[in-house]
Amino acid sequence: MSSLSNAVVVCLLIGAAWLLRHLWHDRYWRESGLQLWRRRPLALITLAVFLGIGLMDSIGWVGGGGGEDDEVAALRSRTLIDRLFQPERFTEASYSAPLAAVSFYGGQPLKYPGSHLLGTDILGRDVVYRALKGIRVALLIGGFTSLIVIPIALLFGVSAGYFGKRIDDAVFFVMTVLASVPSLLLLIALVMVMGRGTVQVCIALGITGWVHFCRIARGETLKLREAEFVDAARALGVSDRRIIWRHILPNIAHLIIITFALSFTGLVLAETILSYLGIGVDGSWGQMIDQARNELSRTPIVWWNLTGASVGLFALVLAVNMIADALRDIIDPRTRREGQ
Amino acid sequence: MSAPLLSLQNLVLSFPAESGRTAVVDKVSLEIARGETLALVGESGCGKSLTALAIMRLLPKPGRIEPPSRIEFDGRNLIELPVPEMRAIRGGAIGMIFQEPMTSLNPVTAVGRQVLEAVLLHQPLPRSAAHERVIELLQMVGIPDPRQRFYAYPHQLSGGLKQRVMIAMAMAMRPRLLIADEPTTALDATIRAQILELLRQLSATTGTAVLLITHDFGVVNEIADRVAVMYAGMIVEEGSRRELLGQPRHPYAQGLIKSVPRPAARGGKLEEIKGVVPRPGRWPPGCRFAPRCPYAFDRCETELPQRTAVSPTQGVWCHLVEYEVHA
Repeated sequence: MSSLSNAVVVCLLIGAAWLLRHLWHDRYWRESGLQLWRRRPLALITLAVFLGIGLMDSIGWVGGGGGEDDEVAALRSRTLIDRLFQPERFTEASYSAPLAAVSFYGGQPLKYPGSHLLGTDILGRDVVYRALKGIRVALLIGGFTSLIVIPIALLFGVSAGYFGKRIDDAVFFVMTVLASVPSLLLLIALVMVMGRGTVQVCIALGITGWVHFCRIARGETLKLREAEFVDAARALGVSDRRIIWRHILPNIAHLIIITFALSFTGLVLAETILSYLGIGVDGSWGQMIDQARNELSRTPIVWWNLTGASVGLFALVLAVNMIADALRDIIDPRTRREGQ
Repeated sequence: MSAPLLSLQNLVLSFPAESGRTAVVDKVSLEIARGETLALVGESGCGKSLTALAIMRLLPKPGRIEPPSRIEFDGRNLIELPVPEMRAIRGGAIGMIFQEPMTSLNPVTAVGRQVLEAVLLHQPLPRSAAHERVIELLQMVGIPDPRQRFYAYPHQLSGGLKQRVMIAMAMAMRPRLLIADEPTTALDATIRAQILELLRQLSATTGTAVLLITHDFGVVNEIADRVAVMYAGMIVEEGSRRELLGQPRHPYAQGLIKSVPRPAARGGKLEEIKGVVPRPGRWPPGCRFAPRCPYAFDRCETELPQRTAVSPTQGVWCHLVEYEVHA
């Protein structure tokens, strides 16, 4: 499992480097990038930090440094984040408040007094470590699922809207059937069938999630199909495929970006619900929030668990939304500021 | 005399109606010679735009070209052409510009790239050569500072400049026929004159024939060689510009010309043609113009008039003119 994850990280890094190099050489995209940086520096930094941590949490190998005292743990691959925090050792007996020197109940001295920035949870695990582990899960769920949802929705929505007739009927039939099943039930059923796990949850969320965007893409394409510039393109002898590629898709790009942002955040939140129902992804923020629920009723209140997960969730959701908003303004030539 | 570049023979276009299909363009026959500018004139709703779209085989969906219509372009019947060949003709041998320059350009693509697309569509060129060709085209249609404008977006250009860009796209492949569907209707009067001058000049320098669709005799006067007047899906009069503007014979053509505002007639009442164009399917059985015609007599209401040659180039579809000529 870890070797696959490592390979994916390497591929992602190479792909990103190649893409950035290409975009940098194109004047338009270089200016767009610089504008994005000028408009939303904080959000970009936040997202970069999250991505960095997510990638660090994806590179792992077996053996070396810490945890050898436990034989099972020694055979498990451990990521960079694991190695940084040494979770096997860096635990307490149970709850402890942030930066406390003694445990929350009983007041026994801690193994690592004053070093748990956000305290520990009921099993004594460090909350900062758990919150950081949640980043990778959130990015996977939001990003991977969006990568499934958007191409499918675009393919079906645009072809239904553009060609109409039989294709439209078929796509609309599938959409209506999917929409008529309560999505939560469908989600649970799919996860039950495919089994628990990050990829399975992503696929389940993808299957239930594409209908909404498909409908938007279809409607917008129906409108654009009748636009005069599409007629003009036809009069120039442009083929259907090229009209879709050059005239329809660029004109719904803003919808793609907005949908990506909304679905990204919506998916991360949807996973929280799945975790609440007990079929979420292990180590997600949803699971943390679910567990923290019971702790809120304690007196004195145990607030740090919920805070750790919520701050991470909030920062990621806000950063993605802000970047998408700025990006939309930049790629629309009517709201683009000519940056000098 | 060589064969005409484009010849429409008994073109019938139909749309579905409550009972069967109704013809909206009825047995229209037209010819355009190479390099000639023909103005197709008529009120809105008389079928002139549909005729233009039919030539491109871009008739909107339920519409159909009825057999045995023929659209002969350069000796080939466009109606029977397979789709890929037709696509090569569109934008290749026949260019088209539309009425609304405001919405005829893709709002999210730089105009230079759109012209570039038109250039590369029918002829593979290396990138830099194509780029140069675009600059050349933009220059040809009189866009100042073409190298800068290449990167401009449609919303940054005025209506006149946008129409020039449209013309540049249509002229990209040096078409033999340019169809201009009301190219100046949406523009200011001063810009209109410039665009018409540009069309005239392009036609003269490149030898492109122009089918100009308009409802405005002012436009006709400025650039047309020949004129065909359409009413309710039929041609009612055709002839050279001089003949039609000087001695229009059909009452409808006379009415149209009288209804053009003239500085000399200031203060006087502007003449109008009473009534409206009848809807397709409600056409009278005889002459279609009979209900609005001030000179109509009994035969007009029952019998469709045939073409009467007034001169070698001028022909009129009117019973009255037929009597006058044969008397």
